Amino acid sequence: MMIKNSLDIIEICTKENVPIWEVAISYEEAQSGFSREEIVEKMGRHFSQMQKSIDTGLDLDDRKIRSKMFRDDAKKLMVYRKKNKPLSGTTISKAVAYALSVMELNCSMGRIVASPTAGSCGVLPAVIISAMETLKMKKKHGVNALFTAGMVGTIIAKNASLSGAIGGCQAEIGSASAMAAAAVVEMAGGSPQMAFDAAAIALKSVMGLICDPVAGLVEVPCAKRNGMGASNALIAADMVLAGIPSVIPFDEVVWAMNKVSQIMPSAHKETSEGGIAITPTGQRLRDEIFGED
Amino acid sequence: MSIGIDVNAFRNGNSMNFNSIFDVIGPVMIGPSSSHTAGAAKIGYLSTQIFDKQITAVEFYLHGSFAKTYKGHGTDRALLAGIMRIKPDDSKLRKAFEIVQERGIEYNFYKEDLGDVHPNSVRIVLFGIDDTSEQIIGSSVGGGRILISRIGQTDVEVDGDYATLITKHFDKPGVIAKVSTILSAYGINIAFMKVFRQLRGAQASLIVQVDEILKEEILNKIQELDEIQEVKFINSLRQAGVI
Ligand code: SF4
Repeated sequence: MMIKNSLDIIEICTKENVPIWEVAISYEEAQSGFSREEIVEKMGRHFSQMQKSIDTGLDLDDRKIRSKMFRDDAKKLMVYRKKNKPLSGTTISKAVAYALSVMELNCSMGRIVASPTAGSCGVLPAVIISAMETLKMKKKHGVNALFTAGMVGTIIAKNASLSGAIGGCQAEIGSASAMAAAAVVEMAGGSPQMAFDAAAIALKSVMGLICDPVAGLVEVPCAKRNGMGASNALIAADMVLAGIPSVIPFDEVVWAMNKVSQIMPSAHKETSEGGIAITPTGQRLRDEIFGED
Repeated sequence: MSIGIDVNAFRNGNSMNFNSIFDVIGPVMIGPSSSHTAGAAKIGYLSTQIFDKQITAVEFYLHGSFAKTYKGHGTDRALLAGIMRIKPDDSKLRKAFEIVQERGIEYNFYKEDLGDVHPNSVRIVLFGIDDTSEQIIGSSVGGGRILISRIGQTDVEVDGDYATLITKHFDKPGVIAKVSTILSAYGINIAFMKVFRQLRGAQASLIVQVDEILKEEILNKIQELDEIQEVKFINSLRQAGVI
């Protein structure tokens, strides 16, 4: 089975009358040789680990972010959103707290699911699990959502990149956000076309985002960008579910992102030679963490 | 210099491509970085598949971004964990310094310019209990994927996705055919094959990625060929239960 882009997938979905996650499972069966049961079971384990990462991250007492650039941000947001009326609404404020939680766990050498990368590991769990809670969905819906997300990510990987070192943060947080947007659109009952529209909107919205980690560590701005990626996904999903399509189709957005990656200077691709990494504060933090050499 | 013979063009035409949905959703790993932590642990682990001996000491020569940021990403712990066969998703990885002490393995980290290699690269020198040693250069090429590019003085390409057969041989016509004949006689499916050679007629090496574990008998048959100097077989990381 050759699947190159979203058109191929939508074609199969239409012909077989199935959602994207069904195509994803068949695709995985074809390419891995494992049975459907094994594949679904493995994704189930990944889902459970994501849930666990959120919970562990929110309860990080014994561990610290190793660079000490921040700590307990997820907890602060959780407390705030319970005591106040969060301006970004209940689902988004929760999703952001979840994303921060998973990233704080990641930064303190905890166990996470790279999705698509470790630096963007907060987005998918945050979006899928907060949406599940709002929509009152069960675990199996969450697992299906991960298949949808995985299929969208695979398409991006085939036509562009998922790595900050190659494509900037648009490729990492942008892709995670697009994957998450598509996943929750299907979860909420949207069509495959709508799912890809949401992915397109999410990815367009962060087109050109550079990768500029302070001191070369996946912490600042990464943790908060996971929060942004999560909210961006939910906003894109809501727009599409309201009937707003993406003007530019998903495959063309991916193509455009790849073009942007190609001309993005290397200073903006994980080298920490640009962006916030070279601000006076960014440089001071780097020197404090690594010494002056 | 390398000459590629892509036996199985369907592997997306590019062995570094993402294929599986689980390359995108996964792996489960200890953070913070798929390339600097999980990838580093895998390089360490695969090195001990290549140098399959009890290890007494190890030296790590860190290049590029590995050299710059290894402390913040726990690359040092991950590499140590790897050579102790602690897997990238095992929370023991965090305690690698304590565990390496308990096991009495000596270790050192250095910074070194390895030249024209991937920025996330390391040269590992492993010392075995029988006074032997081996040097391995490995790179973490993104998303936790790795590539071993040198074993000893030999250029190789081992990514740990497939079980890999490596030969050292004299570059004479027919060697490749002889090796493939033996493999096919045993019904072994070749996924990918590549030849490295320094000069025509000089020493060369053949890298064959296969779908299954090769029995001793097959390796002996290949070793018996006149042109072959050395045969090595490396399990895939999947077969080792790492990914
Ligand atoms: S800034 Fe770079 S390292 Fe941080 S999340 Fe974005 S792509 Fe990843």
